[in-house]
Amino acid sequence: MASEASKAISKEELWGGGRSPFSVSYGKMMMWYFLVSDALTFGGLLIAYGVARHSSEFAWPIGEQVFQALPGLEGHYPLAYVALMTFILIVSSVTMVLAVEAGHRNHKKDVVKWMGLTVIGGFFFVASQAWEWSHFIHGGGGAFKITQGMTVTGTLADGNTMQFDLNTADRVYMDHHFGTLLEEYLHGDPEVSMVESNGTVTLSGHGHTAVLEEVMVNKYVEDAATVSGSDMMKLWNAKASNGFVFGANMNENEYGVQQQYANFFFFITGFHGFHVFSGVIINLIVFIMVVRGVFERRGHYEMVEKVGLYWHFVDLVWVFVFTFFYLV
Amino acid sequence: MAANAHHEESFVSKYIFSHDHKMISKQFLITAVFMGIVAVMLSVFFRLQLGWPGQSFSILETFLGKWAPDGVLDRNAYLALVTIHGTIMVFFVLTGGLSGTFSNLLIPLQIGARDMASGFLNMLSYWMFLASSVIMISSLFVEGGAASGGWTVYPPLSALPQAMPGSGMGMTLWLISMVLFVASSLLGGLNYIVTIINLRTKGMKMTRLPLTIWAFLVTAILGVLSFPVLVSAVVLLIMDRSMGTAFYLSDIHIAGEALDVTGGSPILYQHLFWFLGHPEVYIVLLPALGISSEIISTNSRKPIFGYRAMIGSILAIGFLSFIVWGHHMFVTGMNPFLGSVFVFTTLLIAIPSAVKAFNYITTLWKGNIRLTPAMLFSIGLVSTFVTGGLTGIILADSALDVNVHDTYFVVAHFHIVMGLSAIFGMLAGVYHWFPKMFGRMLNTKLGFAHFWLTLVCGFGTFFPMHFVGMAGAPRRYYEYSQFEFLDWVMDLQPIISVFAIVGAISQLIFLFNFFFSIFRGQEASQNPWQANTLEWTTPVEHVHGNWPGALPEVHRWAYDYSNPNYEEDFVPQTVPLKAGEEDH
Repeated sequence: MASEASKAISKEELWGGGRSPFSVSYGKMMMWYFLVSDALTFGGLLIAYGVARHSSEFAWPIGEQVFQALPGLEGHYPLAYVALMTFILIVSSVTMVLAVEAGHRNHKKDVVKWMGLTVIGGFFFVASQAWEWSHFIHGGGGAFKITQGMTVTGTLADGNTMQFDLNTADRVYMDHHFGTLLEEYLHGDPEVSMVESNGTVTLSGHGHTAVLEEVMVNKYVEDAATVSGSDMMKLWNAKASNGFVFGANMNENEYGVQQQYANFFFFITGFHGFHVFSGVIINLIVFIMVVRGVFERRGHYEMVEKVGLYWHFVDLVWVFVFTFFYLV
Repeated sequence: MAANAHHEESFVSKYIFSHDHKMISKQFLITAVFMGIVAVMLSVFFRLQLGWPGQSFSILETFLGKWAPDGVLDRNAYLALVTIHGTIMVFFVLTGGLSGTFSNLLIPLQIGARDMASGFLNMLSYWMFLASSVIMISSLFVEGGAASGGWTVYPPLSALPQAMPGSGMGMTLWLISMVLFVASSLLGGLNYIVTIINLRTKGMKMTRLPLTIWAFLVTAILGVLSFPVLVSAVVLLIMDRSMGTAFYLSDIHIAGEALDVTGGSPILYQHLFWFLGHPEVYIVLLPALGISSEIISTNSRKPIFGYRAMIGSILAIGFLSFIVWGHHMFVTGMNPFLGSVFVFTTLLIAIPSAVKAFNYITTLWKGNIRLTPAMLFSIGLVSTFVTGGLTGIILADSALDVNVHDTYFVVAHFHIVMGLSAIFGMLAGVYHWFPKMFGRMLNTKLGFAHFWLTLVCGFGTFFPMHFVGMAGAPRRYYEYSQFEFLDWVMDLQPIISVFAIVGAISQLIFLFNFFFSIFRGQEASQNPWQANTLEWTTPVEHVHGNWPGALPEVHRWAYDYSNPNYEEDFVPQTVPLKAGEEDH
């Protein structure tokens, strides 16, 4: 292949028939056109997401404020985990390039090594996405709606205070411990009990105790602020009995007023995740074929190149999905 | 890729799971003919109701059973028939049938290839097409009936299973069928593109390709770029139906009860759908235009006029088709400024279309015309293309369109410009390449009768619809008896129905001719039309790999007719240039 490309060919000769004008096999070219087509599918979905977000009358949740968790750790690490996932996915693209390169050298041992790492990277990504989904579904403490409009004073992250005019479409957020116990309490768990007295709310059960010390407003949009003291109790007392939201489902989510936020998140990251999952399976099959020496006997590793194209495409799409859901 | 040797094959690998493009093309054609019969019958059923509302026809009860109690078509069944008629015609006959048949048959034969790049994917493409056809037909038999929200399946009717009887199981099957259809069309399209780029025989430069191939290439590219967006639209619709999402739904009340959905947008679906929907019009039309270019040139015994302009206009139409989708949505509350942009881009399409129309006429001009049935259908295509194109200019203009939006005027427009033109192109192709496909000739006299009846009934059916539409009659209504202002124009309805029914019956002539000639037709010679293209250099009896010996080499373009340097009035592409003779 390399020697063919090195001699000069006129355009006339290239396109004159009897040969492939791009000097590629039909399979690789088909993969390219398939990827163009698939890009349009993702294009349609991401544009639909953009339109929904742009035309929404309520503030849209911000990725940095929604995705702050790391597995097994307390505290806030905005976008840390998804950054790791993305890094590993991109590294798996690098290992894929190295596998293709090793294939050009017909070096089976290297192909096995780099393909194997690519499969592991892809698997890590799919598993991480499962964790990310599970966290998204469980949420960060839940929220409730209030029955009437009211004005409260909140403390912003920088310590300044500000007046917030809340209405019935707004959500009031609880902290993680309190929210978790409250959800169990609301589900009728007999072991959880609630005591309201002297301006405090205490939940206890399953060996935990949680006191409502502060609530948050605008938790997932621009000016998140904490509210405590009598304003907090005012909000708590005005809570709508059927207005609780914990985490996310198809109908509603605690992150935003729009159910479309979770709808699109699940669908687009799921659709992408399905692509990654298929990619991992395909990579695994090719990996096994490499190990068994199928391509060694065939004399070339073009199949590795073809699945490589698909894998890079899946990575590239993730960059867009990541940008749309996490960065902007 | 195919082997040179013509080895013996079992019945299954030769006729059923065949990898051979010629056999797959026949499979597509026969399937499309069957789907066409179904779709035409559906249209006859609802034309009976529209022509003579409320009257009893025993034939309706015979075919539709409980959908036509006492021979009167049920209201819900009417909507299902209209929807499935449109769906089958647009997707299964004119997309799958037309491209599937002729791209498969002609691409390898006319570019000088042994077979498609991937015979296996080609076979898979057909079987997915067949599966999706079977699912679409079976949706007519499920509880609640087939999808009934129109072939565009707009939400919320399509998104809520409880919206109408056809929105339940019927709609689900419609969506599954479409996903399979898109997969089939993607596999087909990838194969067509790659085959044309990679497998042209020696000497077959892009500028020597027959216009059929150019048309198939651009069609395949349009399909590969636009169908995936339909997939996005359809999968989001499936989520809305079955997973409780609300991409397209907002503030819906059913029987006074509010549904728990807010914030979605049904207009979003329309944008996604028409981003496919408009290129789809040209996916249907371009192959027909390519076929007629070839047939008109061959039967005028003249080079096609403006070969490069024809290529340019195919490319221009292909490009423009992606930036005009908004003209289907002028009444959705679109910003009038955005509307005017879509008006502009839409009107631009008139330019390449006019180039094509005039090039056909100038090709015919002073030609030595042979009026074969294929030629008649091709000229008929030019007439319908021009007639329907002119009303297209009216509909492209938003100020005029809002008045006739969703009326019979639109029905008349697209049935003439897209329905009749594409069907004429397909029939022309069948008459012209039948000898190549089956080794026998179709009967010419029956062909003439078929053509004239189809032409007269085609115009007789759709031309009066312009007046019905201008009078303000909306499309898709079950009956119009309650609108006094329409009474005067409804006298046209029985006339339209008579033309439609006679037109449908006259297709029996074609069906008889088609199936009779496959077995008993006059045996064809190798090059019955004295044409230049490579498919006529292959033996009449099909061989695997198309040419028994080496692949032919190409030395000239496909349209060297009546070249004064040669005795014969045609010079096949395989004839080398004489000394001093210039390439076109």
